[in-house]
Amino acid sequence: MIGYITRRVLVSIPVLFGILLVTFVLARLIPGEPCRAILGEKATQEVCDRFTREHGLDRPIYVQFGLYMTRIVQGDFGNSIRFSRPVSQIMVERLPMTIELAVGGLILAIIVGVPLGILSAMRHNTGTDVATMIFANIGISMPVFWLGLMLAYVFALLLKGTWLWLPPSGRLSAGLTSTPFFEVWGWHVVAGTGKAKFLEFIANHFVFNSIITGDWKVLKDALRHLVLPVVALSTIPMAIIARMTRSSLLEVLGRDYVRTARAKGARERRVVARHALRNALLPVVTILGLQMGALLGGAVLTETVFGLAGVGRMLFEAITARDYPIIQAFTVVIAVAYMLINMIVDVSYGFLDPRIRLE
Amino acid sequence: MVTTLKRGVEAAEAFAEQADEDVLLGSPTALWKTALKRLFRRKTGVVGMCLVGMMMITAIAAPIIAPYNPQEVLIGKEKVRKREAPCIHLLGCEADKPQHIMGVDGNFRDQFSRVIYGARVSLSIGFTTVLFAVSGGMILGAIAGYWGGWIDNVIMRIMDVILGFPSLLLAIAIVAVLGPGIRNALLAIAIVTLPAYARVMRASVLSIKELDYVAASKAIGASSTRILLVRIVPNAMTPIVVLSTLGIASAILDAAGLSFLGLGAQPPTAEWGTMLGSERNQVFSAPHLVFFPGLAIMITVLGFNLLGDGMRDALDPRLND
Repeated sequence: MIGYITRRVLVSIPVLFGILLVTFVLARLIPGEPCRAILGEKATQEVCDRFTREHGLDRPIYVQFGLYMTRIVQGDFGNSIRFSRPVSQIMVERLPMTIELAVGGLILAIIVGVPLGILSAMRHNTGTDVATMIFANIGISMPVFWLGLMLAYVFALLLKGTWLWLPPSGRLSAGLTSTPFFEVWGWHVVAGTGKAKFLEFIANHFVFNSIITGDWKVLKDALRHLVLPVVALSTIPMAIIARMTRSSLLEVLGRDYVRTARAKGARERRVVARHALRNALLPVVTILGLQMGALLGGAVLTETVFGLAGVGRMLFEAITARDYPIIQAFTVVIAVAYMLINMIVDVSYGFLDPRIRLE
Repeated sequence: MVTTLKRGVEAAEAFAEQADEDVLLGSPTALWKTALKRLFRRKTGVVGMCLVGMMMITAIAAPIIAPYNPQEVLIGKEKVRKREAPCIHLLGCEADKPQHIMGVDGNFRDQFSRVIYGARVSLSIGFTTVLFAVSGGMILGAIAGYWGGWIDNVIMRIMDVILGFPSLLLAIAIVAVLGPGIRNALLAIAIVTLPAYARVMRASVLSIKELDYVAASKAIGASSTRILLVRIVPNAMTPIVVLSTLGIASAILDAAGLSFLGLGAQPPTAEWGTMLGSERNQVFSAPHLVFFPGLAIMITVLGFNLLGDGMRDALDPRLND
């Protein structure tokens, strides 16, 4: 097992280097000078020269790449050109939003998608099966941003005044603030240090923070704000998971050992739960990693629709503003996260199915 | 989004690996004939074909179906208000008012005509993107699979790097480099989806090149290029065809997403994603301007997805009638 994990990690290293290189090159290839994109079209040549020098943009490109690699290894992403603030600080503020969104989306997709798939397979070729698959096919074909806007229209406007009303944008209602847990517990934290950033990062997960501090009012409000974006984001993965579960379970249900279990007189429910499902869910685990990528990409669109200040939206704005440090750092973080998730999925797959390890 | 495509890749790869000499030695037309027969017998395939067919007819006959020119500003020509709600005579709209089935948009244009013309843009985006991605992917995949060695390694590692990014984000970054616009959006989507085709093509070539008839060809003295182009590639097409149908669906969806963000087709082009994006802030006051373009995207994408699924089932040699 350890050998398998090591091999898997080693294989990822060249890909990771490639990702860093591509990110760096792409960011540099974006046309337009960062100086005039940030300081305005009317900035004089003198001002621009100083700006370029200050941000090290006048050095040869390979020196810039070397510096960039060294810094990334040290965990230093530099300062945002547009905001003149450390990129890591911006990430501390923006990343938790996207994590809440993506994790929420994935959880919803699994807890609805898997049972739907099982139901559909157990009632193969019945009305339930057909209805589920129609739902799944429509789900796969829906544009995330359209679904989001339509949900906002129905739940924020048409259902206004009823208990079903849900807020169409933002993370918390006006007037509410989420007090970080370390402040609630009276910890002494020096602002600006790595420890402070880490604690802030944790505390910016409003749902988690309000649970551990017992602030139910904020928790309820934060969850209400999450419902619509999470539903919009989870639809496509949900549909894909449901289809995958169904086809995989159907295949397993035709195997000999399932027939044996049935012949022994086991009830259908038990046959599915104890015998078939374990093997049927293996391929579903594999696609979860891929779905995470779709969720991260979909987050750009979802965050745009619901006015959420997350990583996706930030990255999109940084690209328009030629804010190289942010583009590089955020792309790297997203790509690395995506890679790690897929690695974990691969490893857990090797753990769940010993045959894989031997290949 | 592109996940639909990735889902297809795994199936297609598995499918490509089990190239069967008996099937390949039979006449190719016979294979496609049986496949077509099977496709017609499957409900998903038929529904998919109907939806795709409907969209194609809409695109071709757009000037006949659409009551207005999609760019025509109706201000001063008719008594219309900005973002006016749909007015359908059959459903009780006053007869003296001009009929606008899907209402009027923010620039006083007939929304229905724009949605109809949008089919042209979206379908051509879908087909062209996939054409680029498939040809690029096939060439790279065939080279990697046939020659192997370091060429294979270099090509496939590059493909791994592309697959290492969430596809929509990479597409956004590429469009940022090339500049917004429909052509660049198309190119960006082609680049991020290319690895899928390359991988499938490589898997097919790898399994086919071991078959006896390829060895026979080699023994006669055929050149590598000839073997690859005449003996291998035509027989590796089946999984690619299935994958590209699903690929059209995801290309249309991704292109709409880029346009929605303002990176794809630019106004005043009647493109569904652009139409949706430019009116998204009006969703509470004029929901019809968001609803109909999105519905059109969904129907088109659904059509290609169903057709792709139907074709996969019909062409799968493991399933017999």
